[in-house]
Amino acid sequence: MAYSEKLIDHYENPRNIGSLDKNAEDVGTGLVGAPACGDVMKLQIKVGADGLIEDAKFKTFGCGSAIASSSLVTEWVKGKTIDEAEAIKNTDIAKHLALPPVKIHCSVLAEDAIKAAIADYRAKATKKDESTEAAE
Amino acid sequence: MSVLTQVRRNDQPIYLDYQATTPMDPRVLEAMMPYFTHKFGNSGSRSHAYGWEAEEGTEKARAQVAKLIGADEKEVIFTSGATESNNLAIRGVAEFYKDRKNHIITTVTEHKCVLDTCRHLEQQGFEVTYLPVQKNGLVDLEQLRAAITDKTVVVSVMAVNNEIGVIQPLAEIGAICREKKTFFHTDAAQAAGKIPLDVEAMNIDLMSISGHKIYGPKGIGALYVRRKPRVRLVPLIVGGGQERGFRSGTLPTPLCVGLGEAAEIAMKEMDGEAKRLKKLQDRMLKGLRDKLPEIYVNGDLEHRIPGNLNISFAYVEGESLMMGIKGLSVSSGSACTSASLEPSYVLRALGVEEEMAHTSLRIGLGRFTTEQEVDQAVDELVRHVTKLREMSPLWEMAQEGIDLKSIEWAAH
Repeated sequence: MAYSEKLIDHYENPRNIGSLDKNAEDVGTGLVGAPACGDVMKLQIKVGADGLIEDAKFKTFGCGSAIASSSLVTEWVKGKTIDEAEAIKNTDIAKHLALPPVKIHCSVLAEDAIKAAIADYRAKATKKDESTEAAE
Repeated sequence: MSVLTQVRRNDQPIYLDYQATTPMDPRVLEAMMPYFTHKFGNSGSRSHAYGWEAEEGTEKARAQVAKLIGADEKEVIFTSGATESNNLAIRGVAEFYKDRKNHIITTVTEHKCVLDTCRHLEQQGFEVTYLPVQKNGLVDLEQLRAAITDKTVVVSVMAVNNEIGVIQPLAEIGAICREKKTFFHTDAAQAAGKIPLDVEAMNIDLMSISGHKIYGPKGIGALYVRRKPRVRLVPLIVGGGQERGFRSGTLPTPLCVGLGEAAEIAMKEMDGEAKRLKKLQDRMLKGLRDKLPEIYVNGDLEHRIPGNLNISFAYVEGESLMMGIKGLSVSSGSACTSASLEPSYVLRALGVEEEMAHTSLRIGLGRFTTEQEVDQAVDELVRHVTKLREMSPLWEMAQEGIDLKSIEWAAH
């Protein structure tokens, strides 16, 4: 299968590989996919006091397209608000990397990973608010 | 110039996919050349020297193929390849004997061309039993025996599996088939020229052979059809009645000659080559195991041709690994390399879990593989598996002691 230069670049030089402290309050973690399906993505965001995503990390088990899709979205979400990050569409990812049709599900998974990380961050924030209120 | 440098140019990746196809041996090409040029006659032309010359070529080739499998040359017919041979053997026999028998037995790990032929026959009203295989990839002989009925016309079990290289117990299967009075067909595309085959000792009635798996040309194969006791077939291709009427069409003389030469070379060099490949197989496996934890060989290691390794590199997806090892040409059991997005049905049949099937590579070693290439391949595999594990969330979780099976994954 012939892949685009951008895709190969992300596969060969993946950006932002690694892990953030999943227990930290300002970190949201998304873990999507399934080993049996051949792809699992872990995407983490760290949100600053100003509401902007200041860091993002990923680890991916999957084909080259899955690795490239997750690498790309970690670049895209940095510096965005969580609402902006949430608006990232799988079609944008697929278009940017010129994913072949059979690999579109990789971009869908990357979008799911962002959404899952944001949901986790929000759940933590709500819990924190509730516990602060309870303390007051 | 050595044979090797004639086969692979230096700017090409290391070829480790010998179960997919093999490069043609330069000696084979040499034998074929005259039949492309001045010996161009039609082997069916009985009236002049051009025809006689071509016939001499095809008949020598037929004898060379026959010798490789312990057959008589009259029992060998040329086809376009193992796919056609498998189609002809199974469909031909089923069709011919359909008034008396309507049952076929095969295994779930056969090549697609056998499975699809059987599916086709099912649609026409035949009954097919697809035998499971054991964890090591081998058929259970008792299960086979129990599956045979008085309606069973043919048992088709491959000699060597194309993905995992395991060798089925042919002599035992042959004995059971003979005892139960049913024909035994074996797809020997991956076995011929690599392991000793003897149609008499193994009671084989039909055997499919491929040219391009044994360093011969593509587009040619053979089917062995037993004469005593006689096996009858309805042909797939009718016409001029060539090949005892089983396969009409003018013989492609150069290809026949190439297959014959390839068979003769394979037979002559089989023992030495098997020992050499076994050393390379051991070297590859040891090299990988020394540096990489959690790698698993799929299929039996003992009952296996030395030119095959099928390995699951746990926590690393096969296609992404193949993208990394650019200097190596291998194939993968991962779904992501196939159009269907399903992982290998052969590995699944062994009970290999889907997540492990996704991490598998098939590494094929052959006549032109060198020790240096094996070492280079080990280095490259180790480097990329390590790199990809560093970026695998599953590897990270496993290192943290998390049982991956305890997680509720959302299938997508």
